[in-house]
Amino acid sequence: MKALVAVKRVIDYNVKIRVKADNSGVETANVKFSANPFDEIAVEEAVRLKESGSVSEIIVVTIGPAAAQDVLRSALAIGADRAILIETGEEIQPLAVAKILKALCEREAPQIAILGKQAIDDDSNQTGQALAALLGWPQGTFASKLVIANGRAEVTREIDGGLETLSLTLPAVVTTDLRLNEPRYASLPNIMKAKKKPLDIIPAATLGLDLAPRLATLRVEAPPKRSAGIRVKTVAELVDKLKTEAKVI
Amino acid sequence: MAALVLAEHDGRHLKAATRSAVAAALRLGGEAHLLVAGQDVRGVAEDAAAVAGVTKVLLADDPLYAHPLAETLAPLVIGLSADYAAIVAAATTFGKNVLPRVAAKCDVQQISEIVAVVSPDTFVRPIYAGNALATVQSKDALKVITVRATAFEPAASAGGAAPIVTTPAMPAAADASFLRDELTKSERPELTSARVVISGGRGMQNGDNFKLIEPIAQSLGAAIGASRAAVDAGFVSNDLQVGQTGKIVAPDLYIAVGISGAIQHLAGMGESKVIVAINKDESAPIFDVADYGLVADLFQALPELAAALKSG
Ligand SMILES: Cc1cc2nc3c(=O)[nH]c(=O)nc-3n(C[C@H](O)[C@H](O)[C@H](O)COP(=O)(O)OP(=O)(O)OC[C@H]3O[C@@H](n4cnc5c(N)ncnc54)[C@H](O)[C@@H]3O)c2cc1C
Ligand SMILES: Cc1cc2nc3c(=O)[nH]c(=O)nc-3n(C[C@H](O)[C@H](O)[C@H](O)COP(=O)(O)OP(=O)(O)OC[C@H]3O[C@@H](n4cnc5c(N)ncnc54)[C@H](O)[C@@H]3O)c2cc1C
Repeated sequence: MKALVAVKRVIDYNVKIRVKADNSGVETANVKFSANPFDEIAVEEAVRLKESGSVSEIIVVTIGPAAAQDVLRSALAIGADRAILIETGEEIQPLAVAKILKALCEREAPQIAILGKQAIDDDSNQTGQALAALLGWPQGTFASKLVIANGRAEVTREIDGGLETLSLTLPAVVTTDLRLNEPRYASLPNIMKAKKKPLDIIPAATLGLDLAPRLATLRVEAPPKRSAGIRVKTVAELVDKLKTEAKVI
Repeated sequence: MAALVLAEHDGRHLKAATRSAVAAALRLGGEAHLLVAGQDVRGVAEDAAAVAGVTKVLLADDPLYAHPLAETLAPLVIGLSADYAAIVAAATTFGKNVLPRVAAKCDVQQISEIVAVVSPDTFVRPIYAGNALATVQSKDALKVITVRATAFEPAASAGGAAPIVTTPAMPAAADASFLRDELTKSERPELTSARVVISGGRGMQNGDNFKLIEPIAQSLGAAIGASRAAVDAGFVSNDLQVGQTGKIVAPDLYIAVGISGAIQHLAGMGESKVIVAINKDESAPIFDVADYGLVADLFQALPELAAALKSG
């Protein structure tokens, strides 16, 4: 069976985010971009499914500008077989991302679509669920364990109260949580091989989908800054301050 | 038109986060109705009817809803959505799982994890781990919204007297079945609603050492949390993770022990009223946000703190 993995190119998690002076968004010029960490986990999981024989082919997809090809090449170096860039310079919101991924799922007929649980830039945590809804597939979100057997996926999910395990018919959508796996590093030979793997570029506008943003961003601001307080020298002083000054205990 | 709030419960009680979602829904300018779906959950519906400001409770009591699956709950909500201006839920793992499925089926772009209602179509939401706040305006006729519970004072649990009307179950959208769960049992208060939280990080070195935190939590009536590093290393269970991709907490007092203060961790506790940091590295970034910083070895400081709190 085929697996489709969605990878988003985001500002690297180590970059200190700065809001633009005109409050239109965050500074993206001259900052490092990388694959969303949850999506690296998604790619790794697909590769492990291929290594264990459950998956025969891995297709990675990203939606974004031409520069987003770099995250596809990285995924190919980890072990994906081919890549698709849906190219656009426009802002594509999660509902529209889900519509594009649905069209690709209909074309490629994967038995499993693996996404990150959230992208660390927009923090929406919704694209996988939206994709499952549009396809009428079951969903296993926030997965920390995935087992494919007998035409079903057994997904252990990280929920607020602990863990929950569901059984889903395939095809299904799975979104990754941090503890699903630890992504490997690509080896140099595999990075070289990845350069020769197929990468299709499809302009988003040719898909004939309604991709118009539904949310207008009116303003982006920096949050109120918290400043450092004081240093206490001893535990006794700390307890005293919490009692008499902060009055929280 | 009213807003429909999807209630979260454990089969017996309404979760406090749902009352925060009600508070946010009431800011939209219309009535707030609560939808309770479950099996044998008349008691939860009665809780829901008592929540201040709620004017109607819809009860879908059916074995189909014995476990809160997105595949069964989404069609139920979608079936009711035509009568509503907004669908609202708390941004817990429950709300985050179900609501995007509702939104997409209704061809609506969900507005995730709002922290303020500016007007019925305009909201503030954190992006980039809370390092920026975006004000967004929705062009969709129906609003589908998840709410960061810590940003809205919960509606009172008593004072309301809403009528309870039953609503029929709807066929599931896809084949998913519940197999089992392993819920963490704890004597401690719930992390997201506790007044005091004490969290341990990689500096704790192992799970056993979290025992040093327990007597302090006991004295303060605190919940115990952790950094991602502590969870990844297996010191404590996943449901204790505080941060951008874990739980968001905003207690009166947050004590960070052996936690460096990475941006992803600060995203989950930066709104706490008073922050205390205990760390042996005086240049740890956690000290930049701490109201009270103690540079010390935690293996010395924690027993001392436990003793000081115990003696009064
Ligand atoms: C040119 C441009 C400008 C933008 N400007 C703004 C702006 O000003 N303000 C703003 O708030 N947002 C902006 N965005 C972000 C955009 O609006 C959406 O918020 C974003 O694409 C989807 O939200 P999310 O990633 O948080 O979704 P989530 O639901 O958190 O993502 C979950 C998962 O979905 C998949 N996924 C999501 N997006 C993609 C993608 N593009 N390609 C492949 N897989 C994907 C990944 O697997 C990801 O882990 C911009 C995007 C672009 C391309
Ligand atoms: C996509 C993504 C999502 C993430 N989400 C989260 C999240 O939700 N929550 C989260 O917490 N992190 C998250 N992280 C991880 C985050 O970047 C940090 O790696 C993590 O928070 C570090 O945990 P820590 O502070 O416990 O460990 P460290 O950074 O290793 O810090 C340990 C601290 O303990 C101190 N220490 C050690 N020994 C002692 C001692 N004996 N006495 C006193 N102090 C001592 C050290 O001085 C140090 O400051 C995420 C990362 C990524 C990439």
